[in-house]
Amino acid sequence: MFSIIRSLWLTFLHMFHKRVTIEYPEEKAPLPPRWRGRIILSRDPDGMERCVGCYLCAAACPVDCIALQATEDENGRRYPEFFRINFSRCIFCGYCEDACPTYAIQLIPDFEMGEYDRQNLVYEKEDLLIAGQGKYHGYNYYREAGVDVGVKGKGEGENEDKPVDVRTLMP
Amino acid sequence: MNETLKLTLIAIGILLALLTIAAGLIWVERRMLAAWQDRYGPNRVGPFGILQVVADMIKMFFKEDWIPPFADKSVFILAPAIVMVTILLSFVIIPFAPGILVADINIGLLFFLAMSSLGAYSVVLGGWASNNKYSLLGAVRGAAQMISYEVFMGLSVMGVVIMAGSFNMTDIVLAQKNVWFFIPQFLGFVIFFIAGIAETHRLPFDIPEAESELIAGYHSEYSGMKFGMFFVGEYLGITLISALITTLFFGGWLGFGFLPPVVWFLIKMFAFILFFILLRASLPRPRYDQLMSFGWKILLPLSLLNLLVTGALVLYFT
Repeated sequence: MFSIIRSLWLTFLHMFHKRVTIEYPEEKAPLPPRWRGRIILSRDPDGMERCVGCYLCAAACPVDCIALQATEDENGRRYPEFFRINFSRCIFCGYCEDACPTYAIQLIPDFEMGEYDRQNLVYEKEDLLIAGQGKYHGYNYYREAGVDVGVKGKGEGENEDKPVDVRTLMP
Repeated sequence: MNETLKLTLIAIGILLALLTIAAGLIWVERRMLAAWQDRYGPNRVGPFGILQVVADMIKMFFKEDWIPPFADKSVFILAPAIVMVTILLSFVIIPFAPGILVADINIGLLFFLAMSSLGAYSVVLGGWASNNKYSLLGAVRGAAQMISYEVFMGLSVMGVVIMAGSFNMTDIVLAQKNVWFFIPQFLGFVIFFIAGIAETHRLPFDIPEAESELIAGYHSEYSGMKFGMFFVGEYLGITLISALITTLFFGGWLGFGFLPPVVWFLIKMFAFILFFILLRASLPRPRYDQLMSFGWKILLPLSLLNLLVTGALVLYFT
């Protein structure tokens, strides 16, 4: 009997508590920086595409929403000819970001992607590419890789030794 | 002629006011529940979300009104009408203010008890005609609950009748000129209130329509405006019980002068309506057998005791 009256009173007092509701369109919920939202393709510090078209993201994707075709430019630098993410399938699991060896594909704290037409949820490369470097600043895969694709000469990369003339490597 | 016209206008006015209040209660309940659960509730449609009522009604009217092929069609259609008719008829006896009442009949309270007994039919018939296991279970529970709680609902107001010496609602209000009956009849008030909750099958006594067990209980199969009638009927029921508590125990339209009597009546009525909603916000639903044993083993003896003591005291002092 007493407990019933007490719970009535405590419920009544909740009228004067602070509301927990965030009135969304006017007031945005604070999202953590590692929130897994919309997927973007970042660029390296030189402004070139980071993606090397290795297909690891497409392989990691549990719902097969990533489609891409790798190609090479005249210097032999790999890049995706097209890169397509179907966001109506994407489950925002972040496996593609984990799989990416070049920090190219990243998930950002943005979820406001509503569309009236389902076809508009298919994002092409130009929709995905951003101007900046995303979460990982200063990283350029081709500056550290051994290959020469016009970014740097062979053996001039960071933490890279000059190429060894194998003919001098005599026992 | 003039008198007839006036009575007709009063009756129509009360009917419209009641239907407006019952529809508005949908919004009030959602806002108040939200307030007690640290939310905002519907606040987008119109100022403070009050046009939510209109939106809800438009939705309700345009829903498909489906009658299941396995249902008993005529009874299925009749059941939601019964709840509306009986509750609206019960309002006939409520004196909102001097002069603002539909019928000043000398057996007013008995008329209400009769109508609320008839109201049980809507639950039973609705559940039976749906031809659905959940509905039938809900209907059986509803019938048992309403019939048991009606017994001491009637008994608990007998104390008021003894003290006022009349079944007439206006006389009962006038008898509270000196002291409102909830002071001498506190036990009767508590029992009547609990029985009233059970009678309108509101939470915590919403066992006939317990969502977690029976989907929607006796009105599981109803849709469209037929469901709307059950829905509005529930809010009309809350209004009716609140109006009755106000009349029987809290002095009806009697107040402190500076406001018109009908405003006093409405203030008291709305206080009880809000209390109904507060109950919904805070109390869990008892088990079915707990409800039954609480009614028969505690409330019935208490109301009999209340009747006995009141009767004895009134006889002793007069």
